[in-house]
Parts: sequence; C-alpha cells; structure tokens
Amino acid sequence: MCLGIPGRIVEVRASADRPDLRTGIVDFEGLRRPVCLVYTPEAQIGDYVIVHVGFAISRVDEAEAARTLAVIRAIPDALARELGTTLERT
Amino acid sequence: MKYLDEYRDPVLARRLLEELRKLATKPWTIMEVCGGQTHTIVRQGIDELLPAGIRMIHGPGCPVCVTPLAMVDKAVAIAARPEVTFTSYGDMLRVPGSTGDLVGVKARGGDVRVVYSPLDAVRIAEAHPDRQVVFFAVGFETTAPANAMAVLHAAARGLANFTVLVSHVLVPPAITAILDAPDNEVRGFLAAGHVCAVMGYTQYEPIAARYRVPIVVTGFEPLDLIEGILMTVRQLEEGRAEVENQYARAVHRAGNTAAQDAIREVFTVTARSWRGVGEIPASGLALAPRYAAYDAEHRFAVESLNTTEHPACIAGDILRGTRLPTDCAAYGTACTPRTPLGAPMVSAEGTCAAFHGAGRQRSTVGSR
Repeated sequence: MCLGIPGRIVEVRASADRPDLRTGIVDFEGLRRPVCLVYTPEAQIGDYVIVHVGFAISRVDEAEAARTLAVIRAIPDALARELGTTLERT
Repeated sequence: MKYLDEYRDPVLARRLLEELRKLATKPWTIMEVCGGQTHTIVRQGIDELLPAGIRMIHGPGCPVCVTPLAMVDKAVAIAARPEVTFTSYGDMLRVPGSTGDLVGVKARGGDVRVVYSPLDAVRIAEAHPDRQVVFFAVGFETTAPANAMAVLHAAARGLANFTVLVSHVLVPPAITAILDAPDNEVRGFLAAGHVCAVMGYTQYEPIAARYRVPIVVTGFEPLDLIEGILMTVRQLEEGRAEVENQYARAVHRAGNTAAQDAIREVFTVTARSWRGVGEIPASGLALAPRYAAYDAEHRFAVESLNTTEHPACIAGDILRGTRLPTDCAAYGTACTPRTPLGAPMVSAEGTCAAFHGAGRQRSTVGSR
C-alpha cells in the first residue's frame, strides 16, 4: 500500500467523470493505469512520477537521478584500487 | 524504466559496500523505518552484506501492522452490516482482528471490496446511492493526500453515502517514541523517502538536533539503501547528527505543499494507538470536525469491543525493533503468511513477511 512506484506519464487528460481532478495515464514498464495528477500540477507528458494508491505524489527529477548515480560511479572500483589503476572514471 | 536498472546495478552496489567497509571503524545500529525498505534490505540480503558491526533494525513503518486491533475490530463490525459496502486497500483484508478478519466477513456474504485508489471507493458510492460505502483510510503520510482527496471529492459531489474509517499514523512521533525508550539502541535513521516526498524533512531537523542522531532521507532501490546507510555511517563516524537527503530525485526539503494543504484541510492531528506499541501522543490523523459527516466511526457508532491479541505473537517487539521475527516461537510454524497470527506476517510490508519471503530461518542464537 505504501509502496511508491515510479512510472512515466504518457497521457494527460481530465477524466470524464471528474473534470475537476487532473488525471493522466502512467506507464509502469508496460502496465498502464489512470493516475490522479492533482498533487503534481507541474508534471507533463514524458515525466516520471512516484505513484501511491492512484496518486502521483512527486515528480522524479532526472537531473538529480543522474547526479546521484554519478556520485556513486565516482567511487573507485575496489579491484582497480588493488591493481593501483583506475579502470573507470565517469 | 530509465534509471531503475542503474539503481539496481550489483557492480555499483559492491563498490558502495566496499566504501562502507573502509569507513566503518565502530559498530553502529541503524533503523530503517519504512516497511518497503525493510523488504528490499531483507530480500536483497543487504543486511547480511554489511560490514560486521553495522546492524540494521527494522522499524514500525508498516501501516497495516501498526493499525490497532480495536480499529480492525471496528472495520470488521462495520463491514458485516447488511447496508454497507466496505472498501479497503488489499493488504488490510487478512489482518487478524480479535475474532476474525475482513476476508472472513466477505466469506460470510459481506460486501467487502479491494480498491486500488480511494477515488474508486468514491466512484462506487456515486454508482450505488442505495449503499453505505465505507473506505478504510489507513496509512502513513504517504496515503494521507489520496485519502484526503477522496473526502474532498465526496464533499464536492455532496455524497451522503460515503464515509471513511480513519486510522492514519505519522512517522516523526514514532521515531521520537523509539528514541525515548530506555532500551533504545538506534544511533541513526533512514527516513522513509516517500513519506518525505509528501511532508518534506524539516520535521526531522529538530529530532536530529535534540537526540544527536543522523537522519538520512533514503530511497527504495538497493543502491539508494546502501548509500543511505553509507551516509548515516559517515555522519556517525564524523560525530555529526544532521538531516541529509539521499533521495533528492524525488524529495525536496519542503515536500509537496499541495498535498500537505489537502491533509491539513481534511485531517487534524490526534493521539493514536499503535498496535504492539501503545498510544503515542500526536502521532496520527483524524477527520477534522468540519468533515465529521464523513466519519464512519460516528455514523455506525461502533463500540470498542474487547480486543485480544494472539498470546504467541511478539508483534509489539518486532514493531519496536527490539526483537527479530526469527526470535519468535511461532515464526514459520504456527505463523506463516498463509496462517498469520499477527499483522507483521500479513502485510506485504511487514517485517515477519519479509523474513519469511526471503527464507530466513528461526534463530536459536537470537540475533541477526
């Protein structure tokens, strides 16, 4: 229930029976579900959002996602350290 | 999904673990609060890959597990009424009450339905004006915005046949309660990333300062969790006690203000009883007085019944993190996900279910 799942917005539209609630279709690796976007007014088609119980609660910032990975990738590889060389520098 | 595979990269995970091994000079005990994080840690065996001395304690962050027995009994009593269509997230259906669960009500002919979103419950109420539709609004701060919107939506539509049975709980007071316990061993916390996506993390700053504990807002993928642990250990080794954000791709310091506004509009902070823990002041949400018409407890006047927990179940100790599932005599024998005695074995986010799903065996030693 509490698990938030990231998915990509593929469609934004007012749902027929509730025009007052911004709704979108979100793709979860092939599975598509309607998601209420009322709490992520800034999220557009193509954006990733974290979805909880049918509501997007947060837009995933791709630049931040890349930055976190870059920090982790910058940790030198243990094997490389043992060999005294650096195999990867990203 | 973009970035999802990268955050599960075993090569990068090994590097982070290696970095942690270099960093950790002392034993440290860290609690992950969120049940979703517990599952990833146990399923991936992250706790078993950590350097010796770094111990993870699994916290009370499973809303299904901490929903008090009295509330489950109320749900069962309301759901059994002939005029009621009772709607709930799926994980609440098999939580044992004193005398049965919601699945049992359904088996006896009760109208109990699983919904994916609380808005689905509102839809059912609109489609069936002759039925009293009740939604079981449980969860932490993560589900509160969705449940708040269901009430706002029902109010906007003027629905007279929709009510909610509210049993919301809040994370920061639970952390404070754990830190106040005389036998507390926790020296640092991984804060639940999705709770913080809604609430932000300013509430944790006074806790970190007052109790001198590092708190790291952490995501849910294996790399997130190992990095969250690494950041916590780094603070501990350097003698710092700050709130840091590992999960910047989804969490801002201020959180989601639109979601917070809806929570504040519909709910008010109240004392809540936590199953296995007891009452914690100002640790939950109840409907605000102006939405009292949508309160199922008022509408159906459910009396608190005599509640009795199963005597063999040590759920309270599990939820406080003082004992492991594998310390329980009933674990894997009398108590399994198919025949659960307590909530932590029922829920997909429960610590006992996480251990059982990962094939962890009962310990005779009593730790790890």
